Amino acid sequence: MKPAACEYVAARDLDHALQVLAQAGGDAKILAGGQSLMPMLNFRLLNPAILLDINRIAGLDRIIVKRDMVTIGPLVRHRTTATHPVIAKYFPILTKAMTHVAHHTIRNRGTFVGSLCHADPAAELPMMALLLNAEIEISSATGKRLVSARDFFLGPLVTVLEPQEMVTSVDLPFTSSSTGWGFEEFARRHGDYALAAVAVTLSRRRNQARHVRIAVMGVGETPLRMTAAEEVMDRNNLDALADVVEAIRRAVKPATDLHASAEYRRHLVGVLAGRAIAAAWGSAQ
Amino acid sequence: MTVVSVTVNRTVYRRDVEDRLLLSDFLRNDLSLTGTHVGCEHGVCGACTVIVDGYSVRSCLLLAVQTDGAVVETVEGLGTTEALNPLQKAFQDHHALQCGFCTPGFLMACTDMLRRLPLTTDAEIREALSGNLCRCTGYEHIVNAVRDAVRKRGPL
Repeated sequence: MKPAACEYVAARDLDHALQVLAQAGGDAKILAGGQSLMPMLNFRLLNPAILLDINRIAGLDRIIVKRDMVTIGPLVRHRTTATHPVIAKYFPILTKAMTHVAHHTIRNRGTFVGSLCHADPAAELPMMALLLNAEIEISSATGKRLVSARDFFLGPLVTVLEPQEMVTSVDLPFTSSSTGWGFEEFARRHGDYALAAVAVTLSRRRNQARHVRIAVMGVGETPLRMTAAEEVMDRNNLDALADVVEAIRRAVKPATDLHASAEYRRHLVGVLAGRAIAAAWGSAQ
Repeated sequence: MTVVSVTVNRTVYRRDVEDRLLLSDFLRNDLSLTGTHVGCEHGVCGACTVIVDGYSVRSCLLLAVQTDGAVVETVEGLGTTEALNPLQKAFQDHHALQCGFCTPGFLMACTDMLRRLPLTTDAEIREALSGNLCRCTGYEHIVNAVRDAVRKRGPL
């Protein structure tokens, strides 16, 4: 249970980090919080030639508030996201989700961006990025590209990131302050990976739901947006709840593992969705 | 090999370390500070918890080279056998340990949390403790000890 031999490089700045990635021939891993990477190294599931530590690069640990969005830097720890007043004001659903992310000591190290890059299908933050229409800035030595969260996740632990690339920021566009939200999760132990979770935002106009967003996790190879269910709920009210839940249960692709059967997860995600949608409806103004 | 200079419990240590050396093994094998226990080595059990630059961390999920220039606190820095610190005393008073394997991790995680979190309700204490595993006590006595330590600490 020890990492195999590797070369440790502490990047001085972003340019240095991107140069190291460019020259590593695809055999480098970026070490940020390390709360998922280090276990994989200890288990020797990974054995990169170069471990590129970005923790000493100044300025990457900031949440920057802009006119219509916040930008999350690649070294923003979970403890910062969880307690940040701007996040609490504009994204109360994210503050709520953070209470389910790991445990106190893990939150001291783990990062928002690292969680997206790790892309565990049962992690909260990839689902939240999908719900909040996050835009992910990806940099390499040769340039930058922007990828929306919808296109970022390809499969369990797989994203569109190329080996020479690094996520350099994540933009979360603001939603209207009248937006209602609901977040429901079920895990065997608080802070552990969830069996399933549902996150919902919507607004209400003349007793009709608008701008409905529903994201789920734990019931597919990636977090999923429930577009069909969103359409069922759009311009409807809670009378449509049973149909929305049914649309979600039809759309998800849960797997059976040692924690729960696929049937149980399908049932569970519907129950959680019903509660989350009702909460979002109730809190929308 | 890389030279690291790290302050552990107010003593500065300079050592040559392999890049892949875990902080937990560095503390135990290179510095002979065996109070930090090693359990699962993948961040689940919490037995190896120490404090680095003021924040509790899993020392099995950090490389020794990452702590170059850092200030580390381990269980050896709390109290002595003759003079336990208030948290250790609370653990003793409430029988919050049996085999003691998990105890250093609980003590260091609680040291961080007592500095930072209100811990005014049992629910909050239980959630705070949820990142550390104990296979003996059933946690009741640990919750009692932390509640007592919070009372003696006073409000933040």
